[in-house]
Amino acid sequence: MINVEAVYWLIGILFVAWASLIAADTNHPRRWGSSAFWGLLGLCFFYSSWVQAGTAPGWILGVAVLILVVLASTGLLGHGKHRSSTGPERESYAKRFGNKLFIPALTLPLVTVILVLAAPVLNIGGTPLLDPKNTTLVALAIGAVAAVVVALLILKPKNPATPIFESRRILESIGWAALLPQMLTTLGILFTKAGVGTAVGNLASGLLPKGSLIAGVLVYCIGMFLFTVLMGNGFAAFPIMTAAIGWPVLVQTFHGDPAIVFAIGMLAGFCGTLCTPMAANFNLVPSALLEMKNKYGVITAQVGTAIPLLAVNIALMYFLAFH
Amino acid sequence: MLVLIGVLLVIVGFAIRLNPLIVVTVAGIVTALLGGMNPAQILDAFGTGFASSRSVTIFVAVLPVVGIIEFFGLQEQAKILIGRLAKLTAGRVLIGYLAVRQITAAVGLNSIGGHAQTVRPLVFPMAEGAALRRYGHVPEKISEKIKGHSAAADNVGVFFGEDVFVAVGSILLITTFVDTTYHLHLEPLQLALWAIPTAIAAFLIHGFRLLRLDKQLDKEYREYELTAQKEAAGEAK
Repeated sequence: MINVEAVYWLIGILFVAWASLIAADTNHPRRWGSSAFWGLLGLCFFYSSWVQAGTAPGWILGVAVLILVVLASTGLLGHGKHRSSTGPERESYAKRFGNKLFIPALTLPLVTVILVLAAPVLNIGGTPLLDPKNTTLVALAIGAVAAVVVALLILKPKNPATPIFESRRILESIGWAALLPQMLTTLGILFTKAGVGTAVGNLASGLLPKGSLIAGVLVYCIGMFLFTVLMGNGFAAFPIMTAAIGWPVLVQTFHGDPAIVFAIGMLAGFCGTLCTPMAANFNLVPSALLEMKNKYGVITAQVGTAIPLLAVNIALMYFLAFH
Repeated sequence: MLVLIGVLLVIVGFAIRLNPLIVVTVAGIVTALLGGMNPAQILDAFGTGFASSRSVTIFVAVLPVVGIIEFFGLQEQAKILIGRLAKLTAGRVLIGYLAVRQITAAVGLNSIGGHAQTVRPLVFPMAEGAALRRYGHVPEKISEKIKGHSAAADNVGVFFGEDVFVAVGSILLITTFVDTTYHLHLEPLQLALWAIPTAIAAFLIHGFRLLRLDKQLDKEYREYELTAQKEAAGEAK
């Protein structure tokens, strides 16, 4: 059986490989800080397997995570100058390969979906081939590997390690933001443990007439929207509103389908992202980039879509999630 | 109620543009202390939190294939495809871009576009070029509106496209959070599936607004011409 831990080890190996490339790059402006960050992140992926299994102490990993945060936020993490293909080279490649360039990209979702659909019948002597608890993740990892193989076969790069070199370039441009989703999830877990959701839930229950499903859906979706506007980020809003309303009211009391409630709840939050200057890289950076006189011009263009779409999300949740 | 200070810290920290990693870490530590956890428990919570949320970072497994196709000109090919939209009106150019952006994001190619990669160098010039062909001259007010809508088409496309792809942060954040906290078992693919109705609604709503954009621009251009004529007439007196 291909276990989900194997997927995490693959990711750990990728991080360590990128860290070694950076360590070997003598021109890198933050050579040691950067390679330490990505290398340590990779090691955390390995060590986590034992933490998850309960056979190693979690606090050691906690210390490592705090070290990662310090490395990332004190300027020790930087961006190397990686030599990729030049503009004219890429143009001539694009002419040569044309739409074939999309084949590897499409291989990934295609293989993933096929494997997920076929997973129930894929087994060796009764043991499922893919980890049944994490089918999508394992299928995705296999899809990613398959896509690289297809890319190598179609594009035939001189150096077969090109995918690793080139992905290092993308990783370094993502930088510390690569760690942020995991930290936000951890924050959500801490918030829930400390009772933030319950506190917001108490506040919201004042607004909430008992036993009204539509009121629950409204408060959950509009709450996601407002918290996202305030925090600039649906990821930070999700654990709070879910612990306050989504789980206790919509799923536990009204027996809503959790997949539908949570997927649409997050999308209600995305409507908030369209309306907030707090989401600077989506809403303020482009107005600077386009040299707009009104720096809120992008938000102005988006509000007219965000509000009706929020209403659609509320309706979709109300009509789809509860049977 | 005291634990809500953590939420306030996140809001303030993001508002004054501190590094988000620091904001999130400090807010987490403060909230945990207020919630009565001791330092050893907090370290443990950061460790177990990291271990159980690794699935959120699976997007890095996608980077090698994106890296190699970018090396061989993926973005250039995307530009050629978008360039075929050039003969349309401003609103229709943007609808075309919205569709391309949403579909590519839905198969995991969010890096194909972006404000720096496509909007500034390509989408805005094409939309403005369309307005120039139509009016012969693009007054600043119209240009501002096209700029806002060019960036908006990118945001709407990517936000409501990427959630249909399973390896995207928001989907994995949902599964990780609810699986850890409520011991549920959600498959990312189920969530991605339920993002499709909203994706379609986003395309219809935004597309409809972009169709109307052409009419609004026509109207603004007529008003602009009228004021220009009045000014010219005033000078002639």
